[in-house]
Amino acid sequence: MAQVASLTLLHNDDARPIIEAIMADNPGVRVLDMPGCVKLDRDMELVVNRASVEACIGRTWDPQEIHLVLVSMAGHLDEDDDRFAIGWAH
Amino acid sequence: MTIQIKTIDLEPKRQTFGHIARRLGGDKPASRYQEATLDVQATANFHYKPLWEAEYWQYDTRKTAVVMEDWYKPLDPRQFYYAAYNIARANMNQAVERNFSFIEERGLIEKLSAEAKAQIERGILPMRHLHWGSNMNMTEITQRGYGTAVTAPCIFSSGDHLGMAQIISRIGLELDGQTGASLDKAKETWLGDAAWQGARKLIEDTFVERDFFQLYVAQTLAVNGVLFDMVYKHADAAWRDGAIPVAMLTEFMSDWRAEEGRWSDHVVKTVAAESEANKTLVSEWASHWIDRAIAAAKPLSMALLNDDGKASHTAADAAKTRARSLGLSI
Repeated sequence: MAQVASLTLLHNDDARPIIEAIMADNPGVRVLDMPGCVKLDRDMELVVNRASVEACIGRTWDPQEIHLVLVSMAGHLDEDDDRFAIGWAH
Repeated sequence: MTIQIKTIDLEPKRQTFGHIARRLGGDKPASRYQEATLDVQATANFHYKPLWEAEYWQYDTRKTAVVMEDWYKPLDPRQFYYAAYNIARANMNQAVERNFSFIEERGLIEKLSAEAKAQIERGILPMRHLHWGSNMNMTEITQRGYGTAVTAPCIFSSGDHLGMAQIISRIGLELDGQTGASLDKAKETWLGDAAWQGARKLIEDTFVERDFFQLYVAQTLAVNGVLFDMVYKHADAAWRDGAIPVAMLTEFMSDWRAEEGRWSDHVVKTVAAESEANKTLVSEWASHWIDRAIAAAKPLSMALLNDDGKASHTAADAAKTRARSLGLSI
């Protein structure tokens, strides 16, 4: 069985563009709406791309900013200046 | 005893306002920018006809010759609404304050040669009047324009110009030991120095332009694109040994220009792309006003840099390339 990589984000104005970007860039992502948060699950890997988030919000975005809205995560973290990825491949 | 904590997920009845949902094509969460912008301006049922201009209503698409099927197409790529704009500018202003205190602590302006001081007085300080004129123009577009998508960022822009005029005033106060004498002198320069008369004539002519989108093109592509860019980007040599302090104290202007350019370019591009007729009109306006701005920039460039107008040509080429990249034929 594939392991699930998961991000749980607050459901607010700051997180919404990130959620949008994740949904656009990760085919097969499962979205679970919870009160106040959104849990995004995907088999093996989940990626947040800086460029996609920037396209949603119209300004520069540092992948580190995700920590302001990040509630919980599952998977090994792999981050650099352009992406914030979690997964089980490494 | 075990306590089980349960959560109930309450679905909100609607995610956003009806008029926003109709724009987004479905009821989904909208950003603050969208909610503060889309269809905010009133469009019908005005009570009183404005008698000073009885052929129009208060908000009237006929106040410009370009025709848009929907004036909410030219959205702001920066997604500025009141809060986002203020947060962005507060951050930029912090840098301004830091730079001023850095320069003051080290006396970098006091230590400048008399020649550099004179050049800054002649070349930079009169710019506050040009910024004030630009403030007038952006305010005029706000009040004559159509659609919040266009007019809201215009009032932000007019606030920016006022702020930049203040930054220049502070540079003047640094030069004259906080007496304001240099600012009085700069006004005389603006009114009397031959090098500045082209720029003054240009901005004063834009004041009486009634077509709001023509005014927008004149301000953003010509005044910003040629005059401001020439003085802030291509005139470093004019400030002699003051080039670095000037660059620091006008950092706001370059950040602002890069950022506002994204928005103003996008608006011009969207309006020109709407129809052939729009493209022809906007191209005519752009080429008319850019040419006028080049003519106004040349004497300035010669007076400040003694370069036979080279800086004005550089700015002119950049402005034309920019206009062409927006789909205009000039």
